[in-house]
Amino acid sequence: MSAVDTTTPAKVLAPPPDSPQRPRVNRRSGGPAVPWLLLAPCLAILGLVLGYPLYRLVTLSFQMFGQSQLWGFKPAEWVGFGNFSKVLGDSEFWQVVLRTIVFAVGCVVFTMVIGMLVALLLQRVSGWVKTLVNIVLVASWGMPVIVATTLFKWLFDSDYGILNALLSKLPGVQMIGHNWFASGPQGLAVIMLLVVWGAVPFVVITLGAGLTQVPSELEEAARLDGAGAWGVFRYVTLPILKPIIVMLTTLSVIWDMGVFPQVFVMRGGHPEPEFQLLTTYSYDRAFVVNDYGQGSAIALLTVLLLLGVVAVYMRQMLKIGEVE
Amino acid sequence: MSTVATPGRRKSKAGWNLLGLLVFVVAGFPVYWMVNTAFKPAKDAIDPDPSLLPTGLTLSNFRRALDIADFWGPVGRSLIVSLSVVVIGMVIGLLAALAISRFAFRGRKVVIVGILAVQMIPLVAMIIPVFLLLNDLDQYDKLSGLIITYLTFILPFTVWTLRGFIVNIPKELEEAAMVDGCSRTGAFVRVVFPLLAPGMVATSVYAFIQAWNEYLYALMLLSQEHQTATVWLANFSTKHGTEYAPMMAGATMMAVPIVVLFLLVQRKMAAGLTAGAVKG
Repeated sequence: MSAVDTTTPAKVLAPPPDSPQRPRVNRRSGGPAVPWLLLAPCLAILGLVLGYPLYRLVTLSFQMFGQSQLWGFKPAEWVGFGNFSKVLGDSEFWQVVLRTIVFAVGCVVFTMVIGMLVALLLQRVSGWVKTLVNIVLVASWGMPVIVATTLFKWLFDSDYGILNALLSKLPGVQMIGHNWFASGPQGLAVIMLLVVWGAVPFVVITLGAGLTQVPSELEEAARLDGAGAWGVFRYVTLPILKPIIVMLTTLSVIWDMGVFPQVFVMRGGHPEPEFQLLTTYSYDRAFVVNDYGQGSAIALLTVLLLLGVVAVYMRQMLKIGEVE
Repeated sequence: MSTVATPGRRKSKAGWNLLGLLVFVVAGFPVYWMVNTAFKPAKDAIDPDPSLLPTGLTLSNFRRALDIADFWGPVGRSLIVSLSVVVIGMVIGLLAALAISRFAFRGRKVVIVGILAVQMIPLVAMIIPVFLLLNDLDQYDKLSGLIITYLTFILPFTVWTLRGFIVNIPKELEEAAMVDGCSRTGAFVRVVFPLLAPGMVATSVYAFIQAWNEYLYALMLLSQEHQTATVWLANFSTKHGTEYAPMMAGATMMAVPIVVLFLLVQRKMAAGLTAGAVKG
């Protein structure tokens, strides 16, 4: 979010180092078939495991497809927009949509802002502090999601969790026995913390690598021209980091809209209604209620929603692709 | 580095260091607590007023974790799946990345949009048709089925990331090599590949971690007796919800090798990401 709002006008001041002339494209060797030959294995695999299932997802969402169709007792029955009108007419669906959007936006904003702050901080600390923080970041980054989820479950355990024990040490606070997952918003806040904790390291390390590419002469020049710390960041650092920020934000949106195992495992495989996000809701419809048609319809709607959200960034990415 | 060390900044540096240490403590605490719990006597884990420092050192939680369910089988399966996915994904992904970053051809834009677009599809959205597809191909409950399914998210990722590394390598270097008599392939092998290698290491590591961490497909596409490490741990937590100490021992065993691997390649990865800095 912060990427687009704050950086666009600044581009004029410091163009990305490699943009001035468009690279000439080499047409000397190889015919037009070469790139397609290189792409062929990739496209074949994606066609099989992605293209076909996607097609199947679309057809499923227009079908009545339950248990008996799964086992092949009955043929799938075409029901037109039946699944969609059922889903869209359900007020629970709209609550889930809203919850998913709030959750994902929260995750992305916190991840990007904290990631940027920590990356900038790491430029200013001594070497040994940087090493310590890096070790911790890499450790939490490499942590498998399922490990992190079970770990947070333990930290936030109502009776023996360390968090409640520590909070209870504060004067006048009695948190032992407090169940963080009794209410949806509070439980989802814990899950958001889990997602952000796992996502920040990637952002910090990628931005950190980007920051080393910012020429120090440019920063010095800006400083000599009277720019403060904020000015240098805003007009020198941000524009150079912009492609990285756009990419990181896009990836974060994709990942945070697709959060599934954190909720699923945190709630012991059966998320309560107030914990349902679009992903778990679709899963629930398909594999718990055994209505694969409706489940597919919800999944398809999720994909469409995501396409809408990310379309803006796609255009941005394509522009970057053009320049190259 | 890029900050200028001017005299009189010492004091502010101490402030930054303090802030850095705070980040270290807050971000590192969950990991510390996992390891702390794993090595702690089981009765201390259910102390309502837990001590923040280690209270004793025992391996009994690890023994208990290994007793509860087969651990090495799931880990072995996770390794086979992740390594296969990385090798296949890197080879095929590199070819595709070269195609979209070094060639101009009709349809290039469509391919790029496609690669970007498919990354936007949440895995969980595809689980229903993927399940049906593997069923039709007789690949349900087979590692090969899981491997090919993982390529749905690893391939677009490797293609897009490698493309990013390749475009950072100046084309002029390749052209110079070709002027000096290299073939296009020769120029790639001698000039581009060495510059790309650190980036490939970084990409492989990301890919490996993603495959290793995957949970939903592993849960849905393999039966209980062929479960992978992530499913093993998640099941562990549902069946023995209150036995946190052995669970943290299991979590530690699953996470530590990955984290160590990460620490080892960390420097190379940073080098990979900054290799593109030497331009012109």
